[in-house]
Amino acid sequence: MTSAVADDVPAAVAVSISRGPRRVSGKKILRETLFYIAVAIVVLIALFPFFWILRTSLLSNSQVAAGVGGANGIIPSHLSGVAYKNVFTEASFFTPLLNSVIVALATTVVTIVVASMAGYALARLRIAGAGPILAFILLAGFFPVLAMIGPLFLVLRYLNVLNNIYPLIIVYLVYTLPIATWLLKNFFEQIPSELEDAALTDGATRLQVLRRVVIPVAVPGVFTAAILSFILAWNDFAFAVSFLTSTAHFTAPLAITTFGQSQYQTFYNLIDAAVVIISIPIALLVLFAQRRIVAGLTAGSFR
Amino acid sequence: MAAEVSTTEKGRPARTGRPGHLARFGRPKRPGRPTPVGHARERGDRRLGYMLVAPVVILLLAITAYPLVYNLWNSFHFDNLSYGNLPHNFVGGANYSKMFKSAQWVSALERTLVFTAVTVAFDMVVGLGLALMMHRRFRGRGFLRAAILVPWAMPTVVSAMLWKTMFDPSAGFVDYILGAFHPAWSSIAWLGASVWRSWIAIFIADSWKNIPFVAIILLAGLQIIPNDVYEAARIDGASWWQSFRSVTLPMLKPAMSVALIFRTIQALLVFDVIYIMTGGGPGNSTETLSFLSYNTFIINTDFGEGGAMSLVLVVLALAVSFVYVRAFRPQT
Repeated sequence: MTSAVADDVPAAVAVSISRGPRRVSGKKILRETLFYIAVAIVVLIALFPFFWILRTSLLSNSQVAAGVGGANGIIPSHLSGVAYKNVFTEASFFTPLLNSVIVALATTVVTIVVASMAGYALARLRIAGAGPILAFILLAGFFPVLAMIGPLFLVLRYLNVLNNIYPLIIVYLVYTLPIATWLLKNFFEQIPSELEDAALTDGATRLQVLRRVVIPVAVPGVFTAAILSFILAWNDFAFAVSFLTSTAHFTAPLAITTFGQSQYQTFYNLIDAAVVIISIPIALLVLFAQRRIVAGLTAGSFR
Repeated sequence: MAAEVSTTEKGRPARTGRPGHLARFGRPKRPGRPTPVGHARERGDRRLGYMLVAPVVILLLAITAYPLVYNLWNSFHFDNLSYGNLPHNFVGGANYSKMFKSAQWVSALERTLVFTAVTVAFDMVVGLGLALMMHRRFRGRGFLRAAILVPWAMPTVVSAMLWKTMFDPSAGFVDYILGAFHPAWSSIAWLGASVWRSWIAIFIADSWKNIPFVAIILLAGLQIIPNDVYEAARIDGASWWQSFRSVTLPMLKPAMSVALIFRTIQALLVFDVIYIMTGGGPGNSTETLSFLSYNTFIINTDFGEGGAMSLVLVVLALAVSFVYVRAFRPQT
């Protein structure tokens, strides 16, 4: 009995509350619908081109020659994996892919080692001139790549390592080091220094502290820096096109630009099969580490 | 952890300045770093600090400052590999006057500046819209963010080839869909045929890849605006537009500046997408400063004039980035 009365009051309140929004609900539904339509358009523009290259990559050579339309509409009547076979047999895409993997992984490893050392020092060990050093690292990230290629070309030529993928590992550091050093410096700053002070008080040396205390705590930051470094090194085109001259030494992005050309037409199925292949590792990284990448991109860029 | 600490304590009791076993008792914490041998440690720290920072600084100097100096030196010399082994003849300012008088270079400069102004303005506006969209709480927000991030993370060769496919008269989607509206539109040649249409295709490919970056930076800016500011504006009876203009935009300024600077420099230095989509054509009509720099260095092997062109690029990029560093001096 008492509960009925008690229930009554909140129910009345609930009705009066819910009546408010319900009155504008027509307008609200319209606004929500428009919002979702806008989201759908954005997602479509972002992803439809990927569908199109996937579709094109699954065409046979004769379907490509026939052009879009008829049986080869938006969804073609039949699909084939011939381009994926040809890209490895005719176009020998495997070597450029392997080259790219080697260079991107090696660049990532060097970046992480060098950038975490510097990031830690800049965050914790009060060195004089840390401000100018950080500013220089930032500026280096803005340095025009196409201004560097001439002198670097001459240096590599002098050292007789033109048309070789290994010098790229050093050159790519200009992409990776600035962002990785900044990111890791910001990350180390966020680790409470009490942890380190405790270990230092207990007589550990700085290097021991770095190895046993700081690095284990810093794993997420290091992981983010590694993902970004890999993406940046994997994506390079300008250095590769300037320094590499023979197909066997090409990186994957460079090799793709030489694919599918014939006198009469461009075989987009072959090109797009290669494009799909090099997109996959990056797409997977983005899907699995979206949060980290976003955090890494924005860390410390302003505050 | 505990075991490790106790062995270090036993190993070096003298350094801590007090018996190790006392450390386990709740001694009152001293403010600051509890280091009885503070000076020695700070000096050691500093030396270690320089050792740790040195590799980054040396590597970055080697790949940026060294080429800069080399370019400066080359730009006053006649250095062309096609004339034997780098003659190194001093020519004074000849490379510079050749460059400034070259109609090809001047129009590349104009094109680059116009392209930069147009793309940066467009990317900022659309990027802000996307950031607001991603900031809103709704079902599927994570998916939207991932979908927007994917084009950014792709290599330029992917975005360029993808749009080259899309704009191809035979294999592409654009002419296929345009043909549905008008039969004559079903075989429009975009790349390499008309200057305007080539630029439209380049612009779309470039924006598709780079707007996500702007959007992500602006999203982070939106996320650090405290909610109570909006709350206060709402209580004051501000409309959405009013609170957008007087709360969101002013508080988004730091993020906007970062996005603006990054995009400006990227657009000024645009190269990959041009090389892949048009190769500078038709004629020279899509050549940019970076593209000419590549042509001069690698195709013509002219390191003197290339050096002069590079210095212009460096000056442009540094001028923009100095504004950034000045406006947002890093806190240390």
